[in-house]
Amino acid sequence: MSRDSVLVSADWAEKNLDTPGVVFVEVDEDTSAYDNGHIPGAVKLDWKKDLQDPVRRDFVNKEQFEALLSGRGIGNDDTVILYGGNNNWFAAYAYWYFKLYGHRDVKLLDGGRKKWELDARTLVKDPVSRPATSYTAGEQDRSIRAYRDEVVAAIGTQNLVDVRSPDEYAGRLLAPAHLPQEQAQRAGHIPTAISVPWSKAANEDGTFKSDDELRELYSAAGLDDGKDTIAYCRIGERSSHTWFALHELLGQARVKNYDGSWTEYGSLVGVPVALGDTPGEA
Amino acid sequence: MTQEYTLGCGAPDQDTALPLSVDLEKETVITGVVRSGDEPVPGAYVRLLDATGEFTAEVVTSAGGQFRFFAAPGNWTLRALSRAGNGDATVSAERGLNQVAVTVTAA
Repeated sequence: MSRDSVLVSADWAEKNLDTPGVVFVEVDEDTSAYDNGHIPGAVKLDWKKDLQDPVRRDFVNKEQFEALLSGRGIGNDDTVILYGGNNNWFAAYAYWYFKLYGHRDVKLLDGGRKKWELDARTLVKDPVSRPATSYTAGEQDRSIRAYRDEVVAAIGTQNLVDVRSPDEYAGRLLAPAHLPQEQAQRAGHIPTAISVPWSKAANEDGTFKSDDELRELYSAAGLDDGKDTIAYCRIGERSSHTWFALHELLGQARVKNYDGSWTEYGSLVGVPVALGDTPGEA
Repeated sequence: MTQEYTLGCGAPDQDTALPLSVDLEKETVITGVVRSGDEPVPGAYVRLLDATGEFTAEVVTSAGGQFRFFAAPGNWTLRALSRAGNGDATVSAERGLNQVAVTVTAA
């Protein structure tokens, strides 16, 4: 897997803002970020309103995804360039989501909104509308999505990678520290999961570390190349970032993102939970 | 709006009042303003690093340069990146509101 096929630089993006067949998409939870200034020509996706079923906890289905992309003017043959805030957490989540529904050509803008802003590159408030398309999605690619039963079965047998902050892993915090901490579920981590915070895969400006640095990071943390891997965090967006690093940048074949993540696992009745800074026993 | 806070990972607007659901008897809130000289710096990226220097969270400062984190009692470092420069500050936080100032200077 070549880095160029999944990641574009801010310089590349700036030169290709008007290139036919290239669609920039900003993905945030908080769409006011987009409304206060976005990359020229970029359309927006709201990770919750657009990508989650409004009633039950699951993704929008194939038909809803098709209607969403058609309405945003994204075609099957377009090169989709995703970017967003939070060091590209939700852009990485959308990347994984686009792959789940089989979009062929999708890339992340390295560094996302943060690097773009810190570089003082152009952001505009102009409304963007693209002519509607007739998008056709594939069936979900379940080889990259993990469900709770396979996560429980993976304890002690597969690589489980907890990408939350060390305090969330140990059970001292229940959520990232920009959010209130009161939560329903228990604190801790899945027994035998190693702790590799997503942030170790990124530089301070939000760009991804080099392939060599990433290989060294995961091998030093004890990731076993011979085993399948499941990454998780709290709601599945930071683990999309790590899924991207492992599956797309390092080319590891069998890596799944557990989108239920801690908000599901930590609420399950009867499953084992480990506390503290070490993985714990199966 | 409470639901938005508890389910999402996007940084809430840093200028708004604390949500009513936040219980300062239980929460450890770290808040303050990023400044360059005397001027507040809006749009600065502020990250909260734990006692080992590991990333815990990041927010973007409001129009008034404000940031806010929900952490736990202990020692934390704040690291700000902005177009006006970068800067660090440390805080020993206790339960309740903890105020900390961060000053950025051009490298």
